[in-house]
Amino acid sequence: MDFELMLRVYPFFLKAALVTIELSVLTALLGLACGALGAAARLSRLSALRWIGAAYVSLIRGTPALIQLFLLYFGGPQIGIQLDAFSAGVIGLGVNIGAYMTETIRGAIVAVDKGQTEAARTLGLSRWQAMRKVVIPQAARLMVRPLGVNINALIKGTALVAPISVIELTYTAQRYIGSTYKPFEMFMISGALYMVIIYVTGHGVAWLDRRVRIA
Amino acid sequence: MGLDFTVVPKFMDVILLGALWTIAITIAAATLSFFGGIMFAVIALYAPLPVRLPFRFFAWLFMGTPLLLQLFLIYFGLVQIGIDLPAFVAGVIGLGLHFAVYNSELIQASILAVDKGQTEAARTLGLSRMQALRKVVIPQAVRDVVPPIGNNMIALLKDSALVSVIGVSELTLSAQLAIGRTYRPFEFYVVAAVFYYIINLCMEAGLRRIERRTQASR
Repeated sequence: MDFELMLRVYPFFLKAALVTIELSVLTALLGLACGALGAAARLSRLSALRWIGAAYVSLIRGTPALIQLFLLYFGGPQIGIQLDAFSAGVIGLGVNIGAYMTETIRGAIVAVDKGQTEAARTLGLSRWQAMRKVVIPQAARLMVRPLGVNINALIKGTALVAPISVIELTYTAQRYIGSTYKPFEMFMISGALYMVIIYVTGHGVAWLDRRVRIA
Repeated sequence: MGLDFTVVPKFMDVILLGALWTIAITIAAATLSFFGGIMFAVIALYAPLPVRLPFRFFAWLFMGTPLLLQLFLIYFGLVQIGIDLPAFVAGVIGLGLHFAVYNSELIQASILAVDKGQTEAARTLGLSRMQALRKVVIPQAVRDVVPPIGNNMIALLKDSALVSVIGVSELTLSAQLAIGRTYRPFEFYVVAAVFYYIINLCMEAGLRRIERRTQASR
């Protein structure tokens, strides 16, 4: 292993890691918003909304994220959507992970015992109040861990923006492999940085999970 | 520039060929990831420490890094050490190894969950440790994780689009080829997406059949 080279190039990887983190955070936020909306649509009383929610999940989960991203970034201008690579990355990946989060959130809500809603309704709460004050607080505890799994996948998924030239970790690794011919060294640097991001996020999720469980 | 799907039929043969390559890559990589997953699980659980530890380290590294990065490592790394593989083979190895690691995690947990009495009974009947593992424990362990392994295979199909980046002319790259000639990205990515969706549906139906059969034999 060429440690001297690794020491020389690692600052560029650090900078790229910040872009990966930025992408991950924005994607996660958009994903959660899409997931919440998607779950609300799938559990709606209106069949049209349920249908839209189901179509969203099925279409997104049935096709590759890379194709969705390319469709948005390269095909978008044809239908009047002009985005820079970074924004296309956040929107494409966010909408993608949102479909997986829709299922996670819906699963957690459905997993809350039916008796809870019935009891709340009997006590005079409206359907919406029962959902907001009784079901969702309990479901929120159940969804921390599985949402953590979604977020873990999302962090690795941010590598998909490398082909549209967002200068994040994987793009940087690819470029330095091309210029130094040291694939293993470049993999180790970027791999280590991905591991740090994933490790810290994983611990954050575990911490949050413990907290909501005690509460 | 509006949308014009009339250019699509002219390139249908290119797209169809790409779809066939996607199916071929998926089948090859899925097979590799299945048997590789069993092998990795056995190594991770039973190999001597000097083998087991580095092996677990790399498995951990592969689980925490993006597939695309691993594809670059495998494709350019192999060239680096003088092995110049065709892109298709490098793609199958990359996809197969990546998912073998994920399958191995499932199979390891499942092997440990098989009742100890099964091994004891097999050993009493005169089977060696290896035979007991191969003929008694692993078949039961694998049967129990068919549904989650199936989910991994669905993910593999979708991730096979990534090998277009290292130059495998599957469905995604075929679409890009057509786009290069026509400058119609929207139309051809939609067509590619439709093909992936159809392949995905067929695969899900196939996996459900396998699931029903393996779960019935319990």
